[in-house]
Amino acid sequence: MLKEIIQPENLAYKKTELMTDTVLSYCPGCGHGTIHRLMMDVIEELDAWEDTIGVAPVGCSVLAYEFMNVDMQQAAHGRAPAVATGIKRCWPDKLVFTYQGDGDLAAIGTAETIHAINRGENIVIVFVNNGIYGMTGGQMAPTTLPNMKSSTSPYGRDVDMMGAPLKITELISQLPGAYYVTRQAVHTPAHVRKTKKAIKKAFQNQIDKKGGVSFVEVVSNCNSGWKMTPVQSNEWMVDNMFPFYPLGDIKVDGELVTK
Amino acid sequence: MAKIKGAIVVDVERCKGCEVCVGACPTNVIGMADNVNGKGYHFAYMADADACIGCTNCAIVCPDGVITVYKKKMTA
Repeated sequence: MLKEIIQPENLAYKKTELMTDTVLSYCPGCGHGTIHRLMMDVIEELDAWEDTIGVAPVGCSVLAYEFMNVDMQQAAHGRAPAVATGIKRCWPDKLVFTYQGDGDLAAIGTAETIHAINRGENIVIVFVNNGIYGMTGGQMAPTTLPNMKSSTSPYGRDVDMMGAPLKITELISQLPGAYYVTRQAVHTPAHVRKTKKAIKKAFQNQIDKKGGVSFVEVVSNCNSGWKMTPVQSNEWMVDNMFPFYPLGDIKVDGELVTK
Repeated sequence: MAKIKGAIVVDVERCKGCEVCVGACPTNVIGMADNVNGKGYHFAYMADADACIGCTNCAIVCPDGVITVYKKKMTA
């Protein structure tokens, strides 16, 4: 019975060829792997793998070039938007994207991020927000929620002393150079499909030369950093991250979405 | 009546046993094996193979992309 179904002509879903067969370096249940695959799915659908150059950040996804089977460049910590600017200006016909975490984009690279977006570079920025520095051992990040425990805020983030979490996506949506800004998640099949649509729209904007940055934030889990199982961390994310980082489009076609 | 039947193939050695696919399955097909793979993870497998409808939900949420889905329209 199963043998009859498992035949090449009945194939319904297979990991895209643009993901290499290297075992992902991420922890079990980490959203990074899903987001990598979605981006490669989109590039495959756009038939653009020969014309795509990605910029890998520093952070958990520092080895992204090992997993994505497209041309990649590694940037210094936080400087991916600056490197992407250079690549895009040298090769205006190439599709250029950066893939960054919150420690890279919203902490050390805040200036690069804001200025690249303010210049309205025609690039795609994918921002993975898990509210913690995952790679280095779960320290507090600018995006850590109030009262959230991390290894450097063991009693919870004290907003009076450490400041409020940085909503960088809302911040950059105010800049005229931001053309498309959205926030998505990848913890359920429905959210994965929505995120894929958002990433596709972002790359399509770049192909159509809409003149501005397409910025896709993906709120993700960090089960190791949060000290939870993958399923628990997804539930915790729904209960705690989403009220503070609400999902949905923030800016579409250069116009802020009014709710 | 034609009925859609599905099947999944899990790349056992690459599965990290995160169980995200278990909750994503609408027909509760997937279970975690009692055995472990080379890395020591309890891998996902088809516990209730007859119930699979080939919806691909498990495969698209799998962070490591280890699930391949097949789907066939059965006539009988």
